[in-house]
Amino acid sequence: MTPSALGDRRSALGFDVATIRADFPILSELIHGKPLVYLDSANTSQKPLSVIKATDNYYRHANANIHRATHLLSERATALYEGSRKKAATFLNAGDPHTIVLTKGTTDGINLVAQSYGRPLLKPGDEIVLSWLEHHSNIVPWQLVAGQTGATIKVVSINDAGELDLEEYARLLSSRTKIVAVGHVSNALGTINPIKSMIAQAHAVGAVVLVDGAQAAPHLVIDVQDLDCDFYVLSSHKMFGPTGTGVLYGRRTLLEAMPPYQGGGDMISSVTFEKTLYNQVPYKFEAGTPNIAGVAGFGAAIDYLMSIDREAALAHEDAVLDYATARVREIPGARIIGEARHKTGVLSFLIEGAHPHDAGTILDQQGIAVRTGQHCAQPVMDKFCIPATIRASLAIYNTREDIDALVKGLHKVREVFS
Amino acid sequence: MSELTDLYQEVILDHNRRPHNFRAIDAASAKQEGYNPLCGDRLTLYLTLDGEVIKDAAFQGSGCAISKASASLMTDAVKGKTVAEARALFDAFHAMITSDPTTPLPDLSAEAQSAKVDLGKLSVFAGVREYPTRIKCASLAWHTMKAAVARETDAPVSTE
Repeated sequence: MTPSALGDRRSALGFDVATIRADFPILSELIHGKPLVYLDSANTSQKPLSVIKATDNYYRHANANIHRATHLLSERATALYEGSRKKAATFLNAGDPHTIVLTKGTTDGINLVAQSYGRPLLKPGDEIVLSWLEHHSNIVPWQLVAGQTGATIKVVSINDAGELDLEEYARLLSSRTKIVAVGHVSNALGTINPIKSMIAQAHAVGAVVLVDGAQAAPHLVIDVQDLDCDFYVLSSHKMFGPTGTGVLYGRRTLLEAMPPYQGGGDMISSVTFEKTLYNQVPYKFEAGTPNIAGVAGFGAAIDYLMSIDREAALAHEDAVLDYATARVREIPGARIIGEARHKTGVLSFLIEGAHPHDAGTILDQQGIAVRTGQHCAQPVMDKFCIPATIRASLAIYNTREDIDALVKGLHKVREVFS
Repeated sequence: MSELTDLYQEVILDHNRRPHNFRAIDAASAKQEGYNPLCGDRLTLYLTLDGEVIKDAAFQGSGCAISKASASLMTDAVKGKTVAEARALFDAFHAMITSDPTTPLPDLSAEAQSAKVDLGKLSVFAGVREYPTRIKCASLAWHTMKAAVARETDAPVSTE
C-alpha cells in the first residue's frame, strides 16, 4: 500500500479534513478574488474559531491583570493563564506545570536559556554544539552568549538530503561541550532530527540539551520526559494559537538554579532597595504583564490539538506531503531541496528559470500563499549553494486539492518565465 | 487588482533573461555591493566615473526577475549621465514605484520638464507600486548606485 492510500484509509477512520477546515474561518477568505490556498503554516499557522473566541472571551469577560488583584475578573484572568500553563504541561507530558515558563515565543525561550543558563555557566574553551539546519533564532542567541563568555560554537553539518551528519555529531561531543541546541524539525527543509538519541549522547558527555520544537509542535506528539531533554521551546502561533506567546519547558532543577532573565513585576516575592527576593519557578522568569489574551488563546489551541486524533492527523499530513513531493517532482525543471527519510510538513523546492520571489508573487495572484526566500535559515541555503527556495508548508487543514492548485500555479510560473 | 502582466512586462522579462551590462569592470572607480536579506538578492555594481560623468556601469549578482531587470535597465540608463542626473533619476524612479497605487502615476512628463528627468524605458517598473512586497526588489540596484556615487561607505547596502 502506498503512503497516500494509507493516509486515505486513516483519514476515513479517525480524521476528517473537511470538518477540520470548517473550524478555520480564514480558509473561506478570497485572495485576489480566488479561494485561499494556504501553504505557509511553517511561517505561522491559521487559527481555529475556538482560539479566536477564547481570545475574544478573555477581553469580554475576564480582562484584568493576573496574580495581583482580589477581584473576580483577576481571578478569571489568572485561571485562564494558569490553565494554559497546565494544558501546556499536559501537551508536552511535562508532569509538573512549574516546569512550564510562558514566554513570548520560541525566540524568547532560546534567548532566556542562553542568557540565564548559558551565560553564568560558560567559560572560554567551553563549546556549544548547533547544527546547519538551525533557524537563525537558534543560532544568534548562542553567538551572543559565546561572544559574552568566550565559549566556542561547533556546528554539525548536513548531507545532501538535508539530514544531520550524526557521525560528526558524535565526534563533536566532548567534555568541553556544555550545551547542545538543536531543532526537532527543520523549518527550511522539514527534516525530523533523531533528537532522543542525540540527547542521550549529549548527556553522556555531561552537556544539557535545548530542543527548538517550534516546527515539531503542530505535527508531532511531544513527550519531554521520554525525550529526557533539558529544555524544550515552542511558539503558540505555529500550533494554531495566537502570536506573541509560547513555552519554555525546563528541567525543574535547572530552572531553579538559573538567575532571572528579566527583572520586573510578578517575578519577585519581595523588593527592598537592600535585597530583592525572587519568586519561585516559573514565575521568576515571567516579569511584567504578559500576553494574557494570547495565553488564553494558546490554551484553546492546545485543547484543539488534543481533541483531534493526532496520529491520524499526522498520517493525513504525511500523505499530503508525499502527494505534493510527487506532483512537484513531475514539473519540468523542479528541484526539491531536502529529501530526508524522516520529514514532516515542508516541501522546499526551486523551479528552473524562475526566482522563488517571482514565483511567490505569481502564486499569490492565484490565491496561493507560500513562503519564498531563505526562511531565516541562511546556512541551509548556503549549504545547497542556492539564494532561496519556494517553501510550501502544510498543516492539518491542507488537502490534495491545495497541492493541485499549487501545481497549477507553478505551471503558470513556468509560463511567465518560459 | 492589477494583472500580472503589469508587473512582468515583456521588457522586464527580456532583461531578466538577457541582462545588459552583466559583467564586472576591473578598473571600476566605484564598486558597491547591495543585498536584500528578505529574498537573498545580491548584486555588485561597478561604475566608471570620469569626473562627474558616469562613463560605464555594470553589475553582477543573483536575484529575482524584478531586481535583475531593474539593475540591467538602470545601468543602461545612467551611462553618460552626470552623478547629479543619476541621483535625479533615482528620485523620479523611487517616487514612481512608491507612489500610491490608487492615485494616477506621477506626471512624468511634467517632472521631466522641470527636472530634466526622463524615466523613458524605466517606466516599465510602474507596475511595481501595485506590489508592496516587490518595491525593494526594484529599488535594490538604485540604492546601491546611490551609495556607490556617494562613496560614503564600503559596507554593503542593505534594503533592510
